[in-house]
Amino acid sequence: MWLWFHKLSSPPTAYAIAGKLRPWFLWPAIALFLWGAYAALFVVPPDYQQKDSARIMYVHVPASALSLGVYMSMAIAAAVGLIWRIKVAHALAASLAPIGVALTVLALFTGAVWGRPMWGTWWAWGDPRIVFTLLNLFLFLGYMMLRASFDDTQRADRMSAVLAIVGSVNVPIVKYSVDWWTSLHQSASILKIGTPSIDPSMRWPLLIMAIAYVCYIAAVACDRLRAEILRRERNASWLAAALPTK
Amino acid sequence: MQLALRRWDQVLQPLLFFVMVSMLFPMATSATPAELRLIGTGVVWVAAMLASLLSLESLFRPDVEDGTMEQWVLSGQPLAWLLMVKMVAHWVLTGVPLVVFSPLMATGFGIPNEVLPVVMASLALGTGVLAALGAIGAALTVSVRRGQVLVALLVLPLQVPVLVFGAYAADLAMRGEPVSGPMYLLASMLLASLCLAPFALAAAIRIGVES
Repeated sequence: MWLWFHKLSSPPTAYAIAGKLRPWFLWPAIALFLWGAYAALFVVPPDYQQKDSARIMYVHVPASALSLGVYMSMAIAAAVGLIWRIKVAHALAASLAPIGVALTVLALFTGAVWGRPMWGTWWAWGDPRIVFTLLNLFLFLGYMMLRASFDDTQRADRMSAVLAIVGSVNVPIVKYSVDWWTSLHQSASILKIGTPSIDPSMRWPLLIMAIAYVCYIAAVACDRLRAEILRRERNASWLAAALPTK
Repeated sequence: MQLALRRWDQVLQPLLFFVMVSMLFPMATSATPAELRLIGTGVVWVAAMLASLLSLESLFRPDVEDGTMEQWVLSGQPLAWLLMVKMVAHWVLTGVPLVVFSPLMATGFGIPNEVLPVVMASLALGTGVLAALGAIGAALTVSVRRGQVLVALLVLPLQVPVLVFGAYAADLAMRGEPVSGPMYLLASMLLASLCLAPFALAAAIRIGVES
């Protein structure tokens, strides 16, 4: 087990594995996206109150849920890198941050577009979940800015890891903010204790979309990780052997 | 702490900044006294938060530059304890004056006298958390050459929950409702940050000083 772990954490192995895994995530992601989008647009019945505009849920919900998921993965990867001094874990954390930014922006944007016809407003300052999601975006951006301000990659790794761990206190606040404060945003209807309050006919495309998102994120993370390893190990000897020569 | 007191100008700076920022709002919005009373507690809280960011630059940087911090790291004493003492001293010099002056500003906004103790208490608890989070930001950027703006950008998102609950407590008091809920929450945030922040500080300072 430990031997395997050490092998995985060496840059050449991680580079090779990420390259092998990438198509296994990418193609299922595309297939599931197509299936999920078809189901969400044509199969699911319109919501009894919100009519067709509720279909944006299939983009909005996975994006916002997974922006938190990506933050947590980033913080865990950073913690692993900090504690066991594994360079690949730091590289993974660094490559997850921009994905998190994209997901958070997507969640905020689709939320605003959905909120305009339903709540009559693009944005509500009184709403904790919206505001804390925005804060999550700022945490991602702050993490990237802190990284960018160091010339020394190792120091950037470890400093930003401390920030990522400290910033993870925000995650439970976002997750439970809708249940703690009653506000415009509806409370959780999918992942909650007991029976979900969402109808099964609307839930299964959501699950497909969520899995599609996860696969897509994993595929992009593989790509970004490979690029990050290439950047860090540009002078290493294994790289000359691994890359096709000109 | 006595050392820091020698630099009296740095103690005065956040305080003056606090007073001036709160002063800007009535001048910029030309609000009626009733409207001022509505936004007053919020403005005092925002001003306190911004003022607490101002002094972070001088918290660790001079010690890192003249090598004191290196001695601390090598001294064999637990670094987390040393940094926690430094953090508390920093709060006494920059946070407490804000708490003391806040009733003056709040009265300027027409906040009734009964609410003043709540504003003061919420600020007393809140500036402690702000100082802890700010110190983490300062420690993270200690080896970045021009880090002032970066500190503000890193620390502000983390500080927002403190602001929300602090201003919420004052707001409840304005409406004559019980304030114990947000106050207990602020107190628990303070305890949590006092327990955990020193370790984050120590980790960040170690990374910053070595090499």
